[in-house]
Amino acid sequence: MKYLVSLFLLLSMTWLLWSGIWEALTLTLGLVSCIAIVAFVRRMGVVDEEGALVEFALRPVLYIPWLLWEILKANVDVALLILSPTLHISPRVIRVKAGQRTGLGLVVHANSITLTPGTVSIDIEGDTIVIHALTRESAQGVESGVMDRKVTALEGRH
Amino acid sequence: MLDVTMVAILVTMALALARASMGPTVFDRILAVNMFGTKTVLLIAVIGFLTDRPEFLDLGLVYALINFIGVVALLRFIRFGHFAEPDEAERMDR
Amino acid sequence: MSGALAVASWVLLAAGSVFAVVGGVGIVRLPDFFTRMHGAGITDTMGAALILGGLLCQSPDWQVAVKLLMILAFLFITSPTSGHALARAALANGLKPRLDERETEATSSTP
Repeated sequence: MKYLVSLFLLLSMTWLLWSGIWEALTLTLGLVSCIAIVAFVRRMGVVDEEGALVEFALRPVLYIPWLLWEILKANVDVALLILSPTLHISPRVIRVKAGQRTGLGLVVHANSITLTPGTVSIDIEGDTIVIHALTRESAQGVESGVMDRKVTALEGRH
Repeated sequence: MLDVTMVAILVTMALALARASMGPTVFDRILAVNMFGTKTVLLIAVIGFLTDRPEFLDLGLVYALINFIGVVALLRFIRFGHFAEPDEAERMDR
Repeated sequence: MSGALAVASWVLLAAGSVFAVVGGVGIVRLPDFFTRMHGAGITDTMGAALILGGLLCQSPDWQVAVKLLMILAFLFITSPTSGHALARAALANGLKPRLDERETEATSSTP
């Protein structure tokens, strides 16, 4: 029930932000579609703690700037690599243990790895993320485990 | 500056199309088409600013949604040959 | 639009254009599917972020700014997700990443 309510609030907020029209008809249409979606989702039975971001919403404030900075650094490296005439790459596949306890944390970790160019998470085997890395340096960046710790801290204690 | 950005996006889209036509595997093509789609979202946003019509951003978001769903659906189709979950087929029989 | 904001917008748009084209070059130039994913990653992250950031500096009102940020957030969530789905589908279909032959420890950890 808590998740359904939070989903409804999230949907209503999205509607208000995107439409920006404060007329009775539009607001009624928005309300009807939000209720319809909540009803559909409830019938499909796909609402659980992963669908609602209530507990996850505040902690990324520190994580996102760090991630953006990492993305910037990695982007410059890979861009130089692509533009260099010799194309000096040494692709490799590495496996990294992920310390996350929840599925959502694992998704955030794997997606963060993919977002930083030079590393792409290609598979998840239990609690191990299989990563394709473009160079030795980008592989070492993941193996250092900094991101793993940060995402685990993001999960908090349940 | 907006028109330069637009040309750059169009060049990127052309390169993605080149990869999509070269292949060699079907996954290269999907990767290229996916990239083409995200560039289209950016192109729509830039055109919206160029012609001073910010409602283009709504089209951009819808395009991003369709692109994502389309790619995932296509991958599922290639992998399973149909759009249902593996265990969904038997659930439908009941 | 004030002068500093205009300059910031131009810089962001120019840098975003460069990154977008570099990613496009990467997807054509890199040798196999899994390495090409890195090229696509550049345009999807840096290209999109810088270009939308440049537009953000020019946005006429707050609602346009919010929409730009939401498009950006959406792209940043979906692009790695579809990339992961793509890589998994490729692996499941028996496509093996081409690895660096000089690295013995890399080949020993191949699935």
